[in-house]
Amino acid sequence: MKILVCISSVPDTTSKINFTENNSKFDTNGIQYVINPHDEFGLTKAVMLKEKLHATVAVITVGESSVESVMRKTLAIGADNAIRINLNPKDSYSTAKEISNYVKDNPYDIIIAGKESSDYNGGAVPCIIAEILDIPFINSCNGLSMDGDNAELSREIDGGTEKLKIKTPFIIGGQKGLVEESELRIPNMRGIMTARTKPLEVIEPSEKTSLTESVSFKKPTPKGECKIISKDSISDLVNELHDVAKVI
Amino acid sequence: MSILVYAENWDGKFRKSTFEAISYAKKASAIFQTNVKTISIGLIDNTELERLGGGGADKVISYPNINKSNGKAIALILEKEAEDCRLIILSNTINAKIIAPRVSTKLMAGLITNVISHIDNAENICVKRQAFSSKAIETTKLKSNIGVLTIAPNAFEINNHSGNCQIEINEKEIDSDVIVLGKDVNKGKISLSEAEIVVSAGRGLKAAENWGMIEELADVLGAATACSKPVSDIGWRPHSEHVGQTGRAIAPNLYIAIGISGAIQHLAGVNSSKIMVAINTDPEAPFFKAANYGIIGDAFEVVPKLITEINNFKNN
Repeated sequence: MKILVCISSVPDTTSKINFTENNSKFDTNGIQYVINPHDEFGLTKAVMLKEKLHATVAVITVGESSVESVMRKTLAIGADNAIRINLNPKDSYSTAKEISNYVKDNPYDIIIAGKESSDYNGGAVPCIIAEILDIPFINSCNGLSMDGDNAELSREIDGGTEKLKIKTPFIIGGQKGLVEESELRIPNMRGIMTARTKPLEVIEPSEKTSLTESVSFKKPTPKGECKIISKDSISDLVNELHDVAKVI
Repeated sequence: MSILVYAENWDGKFRKSTFEAISYAKKASAIFQTNVKTISIGLIDNTELERLGGGGADKVISYPNINKSNGKAIALILEKEAEDCRLIILSNTINAKIIAPRVSTKLMAGLITNVISHIDNAENICVKRQAFSSKAIETTKLKSNIGVLTIAPNAFEINNHSGNCQIEINEKEIDSDVIVLGKDVNKGKISLSEAEIVVSAGRGLKAAENWGMIEELADVLGAATACSKPVSDIGWRPHSEHVGQTGRAIAPNLYIAIGISGAIQHLAGVNSSKIMVAINTDPEAPFFKAANYGIIGDAFEVVPKLITEINNFKNN
């Protein structure tokens, strides 16, 4: 069984988000890149399936050379090989199209992506891949078990969960629940050493189609000072929420 | 030419987010000088379909034999119905995420998700969206002729209209590529993604059995309940209530955080809220830097008082 995990490199959550070139570009200065949090659950799940089913796990990303340290980390966690498509992606479609073109020539049984990335928050890449490759797509996937070519999955729906059955090949948008937070794998020394010699293949983009364009960024208006209300005059809070904030 | 809207229903009932999407489309239709055509999926009564007219729909086409989980089929229907459309609008719900990317790909239409601004120009479609976990607002432009927009729930007003809408039923059946084995849904609870008020609690509550007062507070406010990550990890509350970076991202009008310190990962999921109230014993809790209002005090003392005060307020 062959598993492909799509990795998005995102700024660490504690990063200060700034923009350059007249607020038209994200300022990568001083940004520490990490594996997108949702992808971490998918990667650990893939490594667990590998141990159980003797599967192989490849990781793929669309990005420039700056994301290679993140890809080395995924290899240290347990992926067998990595592919980087050398393109700074312009939108979800361009990312998904490049990955799909790669998978058309190199088929996989299971493709795992995160339900969204914590930078552009589009959550569209795995579904676009599903559409291009004409395979089933399960989003917000929080449970996956394999029995041969058959998979039983669960996904989050509004106010609950839904249990589903599908056959390989398929793609999921994964999240917490695929594995628990406490099960997340982190690189150990041996993993870090072996990752150095694992293959990291760089391929050039096949096309560069994008359907949307980022024009500019701005930061949200900062909130004012927090107004502290005494615990002995809680009616003041209720009045504030009604009269000033107008939210109740 | 029309603007097409996916009018999502939950077990045969439309919700606020459905009408937000229709109102959004209605406003855009004035700029495009066109009408609003809506698509309903799954079993639903005619009286419910008629409500879409009051929301601004000129026409509704209902597909009662298609299952909502069948994203592929819904995308196929939207593609067909979009024949003469420039825009397809969906509310950015969990369901929309299995439909919008597929239909945008079929039509080679640009997809813009999490939209928070109206369209003001038919020639150059340019809208604002949330990005970087609400730490930035991005302006995005469509490069394609057709666009698919998913609008952020609870970000737009609902406008009522007097018009009737024409109803058409299409009995088409389309097989699904996934088999649904079962569903487990908390019926009657307010949906977290579209709730106007959310009451959320963290480890400061000390034990699962102390959630009674949180549910009571949510009840008097007509709010949904949520929790922090540690609380869902310990199992005090279900994972579906976890809001934050690795849980759900929400944007209610009012978010009340009780006994939650306000770690940056938690704030990433809630800082689109319009107003935030923090209740915490620790005056140094980071949440007080992010909140609009704060009460320094013990939840077990403050929450019951707050419930009483809100009841008093409602009775006056």
